[in-house]
Amino acid sequence: MSHPQAATEFLKDQAKAKWHDETLWFVRDKRDRISKTLPEWEDLRNLASQIKENVLSKLDSYLEEFEKNAVRNGMRVHWAKDAEEHNEIVLSILQKQKCTAIVKSKSILTEECHLNPYLEKNGIEVVDTDLGERIVQFLNQPPSHIVLPAIHLKKGEISDLFHEKLHTEKGNEDPAYLTHAARLHLREKFLKAKVAITGVNFAVAETGEFVVCTNEGNADMGVHLADVHIACMGIEKIIPRRKDLGVFLRLLARSATGQPVTNYNSHFRSPATGKEIHVILVDNGRTAQLAREKFKNSLKCIRCGACMNTCPIYRRSGGFSYGSTVPGPIGSILSPGLDMKKYSTLPFASTLCGSCSDVCPVKINIHEQLYEWRQEITKTHGELGKGLSMKLANGIFKSPLAYKISGNLMRTALKTLPKSLIYHPINSWGKGRNLPETPQESFKEWYQKNRT
Amino acid sequence: MSSRESILGAIRAITQEKKNLPELPSFGISEEIETAFKKSIEGNKGEILSEIEFLDWLSKSSWANVFSAVSAYATASTLELPQDPHELEDLNLAILEGQFGVAENGAIWLDDRQLPHRALPFITEHLVIVLRKSRLFPTLHQAYENIGDEHSGFGLFIAGPSKTADIEQSLVIGAHGAKSLRVVMI
Repeated sequence: MSHPQAATEFLKDQAKAKWHDETLWFVRDKRDRISKTLPEWEDLRNLASQIKENVLSKLDSYLEEFEKNAVRNGMRVHWAKDAEEHNEIVLSILQKQKCTAIVKSKSILTEECHLNPYLEKNGIEVVDTDLGERIVQFLNQPPSHIVLPAIHLKKGEISDLFHEKLHTEKGNEDPAYLTHAARLHLREKFLKAKVAITGVNFAVAETGEFVVCTNEGNADMGVHLADVHIACMGIEKIIPRRKDLGVFLRLLARSATGQPVTNYNSHFRSPATGKEIHVILVDNGRTAQLAREKFKNSLKCIRCGACMNTCPIYRRSGGFSYGSTVPGPIGSILSPGLDMKKYSTLPFASTLCGSCSDVCPVKINIHEQLYEWRQEITKTHGELGKGLSMKLANGIFKSPLAYKISGNLMRTALKTLPKSLIYHPINSWGKGRNLPETPQESFKEWYQKNRT
Repeated sequence: MSSRESILGAIRAITQEKKNLPELPSFGISEEIETAFKKSIEGNKGEILSEIEFLDWLSKSSWANVFSAVSAYATASTLELPQDPHELEDLNLAILEGQFGVAENGAIWLDDRQLPHRALPFITEHLVIVLRKSRLFPTLHQAYENIGDEHSGFGLFIAGPSKTADIEQSLVIGAHGAKSLRVVMI
C-alpha cells in the first residue's frame, strides 16, 4: 500500500488522528523546552554529528577495536551480514541453551530483522517487555513509533485488550491500573526466562562495552535474571570513546521525550560470574547505505524519534502509513536504501519543511536526503501522469496562442465540468484540496480593459 | 568468506575521506550544584532525604523484606543476600550506595562494587540510594571523566524510579523496576 493510501485509512478516525497530532506535538514541545535550558545545545549537536562522521569514516577499525575489547571482557561477538543470518545466530544460541521462552526489550533492529515471527515459527515464545511493545505484540501489530510504540492506540482500546488478555476489569481505563496489571504479568515472564534479548543504544570501541537505555527498567529486569544476554546491534551503533557517551546521553532523552536522561542507563562490559553475553553485529544493508555518498549520513541516527514528533506528515498520518520498520522522516531516507521499489512513496511523504533536520540531535540533513531520494526514485521508476502533464505544459507555455486559448478553455471548463471529473481518483491533488474560484477573465483581458 | 570478513571488506571498499574525532569541551551548569541535583531528582519523580529524614521514614515503615548493601544501615536488613537473585522476587526495599551523582539530570552511578546482584535495583519494590553530598558533578561530561578507564563488568546510571508513559502518554511510576527512588544525601 502506498503512503497516501495508508494515510487515508489512518485519517478515517478524525478524532483519533487529531489526538495523535496534538500528542506528538506536545512531546516535540517538551523537547524544545528542555533543549533551551542548555546553552551548549547546538555545540552538543555539532559534537555528536562530528563524532558520528568520524565513526562512519573509519567504521571498520572501530568495529575491530570493539570486537577485540569485548572478547577480552569475556563477551562473545557474532557478525551477521543480513537479517536471516542474525535470526539464525539468535536461534542457535537459544537451541544451545535449550531455551523455549525468551524476554526481549525494545529493539528496533530485531523488528527490522523480523525476529519474532522467525523464533515463533521455531517453537520459541517471545515476550516483548516494554509496555508499549507488549501492547502492540498482543495486537499482532508492529510498533508505530520507535520510542512510543503504542502511540496510535487510545486507552479504551488498551483497556479492552487487557481485559481480554490479562483479565483486567472491563471498562477500567486508568493507565496506572493497566500498567500495574502489565507489571504483574511481565514479572512472571522475567522470572522464568533463561535468555533475554536487548537492543543496543551505543557500543564503545575503546572499552568493548555497550549501553542500553530504558525508563521502565525492562531490559535490566530481563538480562540480570537470565543466564544469557543477547544484545543485537546495527554496526553503526559504535562510538569511539567512553567519554563520547557524555555527549550522546545528554542529547538522546532530551531529544526523544524532553526528559534530561532516561532513568536507567546500563553499561555492560563483562558478563556476571557464570553468565554469558553475546553481541551480534548486524549489517543488513548498512554497508550498502554507507557506500551511497548522498545518503550515508542517515547512518548517524541514534533513534530518538524527534523527527517523527515534529513531522507534520507523520503526526497526521500515523506510523503505520509508512509500512516500514522505522517510520517518519528518518525511516523515509533509510527504507528506500533497503528496497527502493517497495518504499518508493515514502520520500514524497514530506513537505520538505526541514523541521526534521532542525531537531535532529546528530544533524542529519534529513529533508535534503528526502529530496535526493525523490530524484533517485523518479530516475529509476519514472513518473506517471506528471511527466505527461509537464510535456503538455511545455507546449502551451511555448506558444502565446496556445496559452491564450487554453486559459479561456480552462476557465470555462472548471466552471462547467462536473465535480466528479475534477476530483477524480487519478488526480491525487484533488484529494482533500479545493480548486480556487475561477476568475471571470484572464489578467491580460483585465489589463486591456482597465489600463490601455 | 565469513560474514565478518565480508562486512569489513565492504566497508574498506568504500573510498571515504577521513573525518577527525573532535576533542570534547567540559560544559558546566550555572546553578548551585546541590540545588540542581535535587531539582533533577524531583523532576524524575524521585525524592531527596536527609539522613535524619531517612532514618525516621525507615523506623516508621514496616517492610517485611529489606536488604541493605550499605554497611552503616546493615541493621535494617531483614534477610541474607541469596545466591540466586530470583529469590529477591518479594524484596520490598533495597538500600544501596551511589558512587556519585550528576546535577544536570539526577543520574547516580553504581557499578558491580555497589551491586552484590546486578538485579537488585530493578527487582526491589522500593529503592534507596545513599550518596555523599561531596560526590556531585555538574554534567555527564565530568561524570565520565571521573569514571575514566575504571573497569567494572557492569555500571549503571539510575536517575529515578521505573516509569512509563506508553498508555496515552500518561506518566505512571512503577513499570517493571522499583516503584520509588529515595536518595539520602549524607
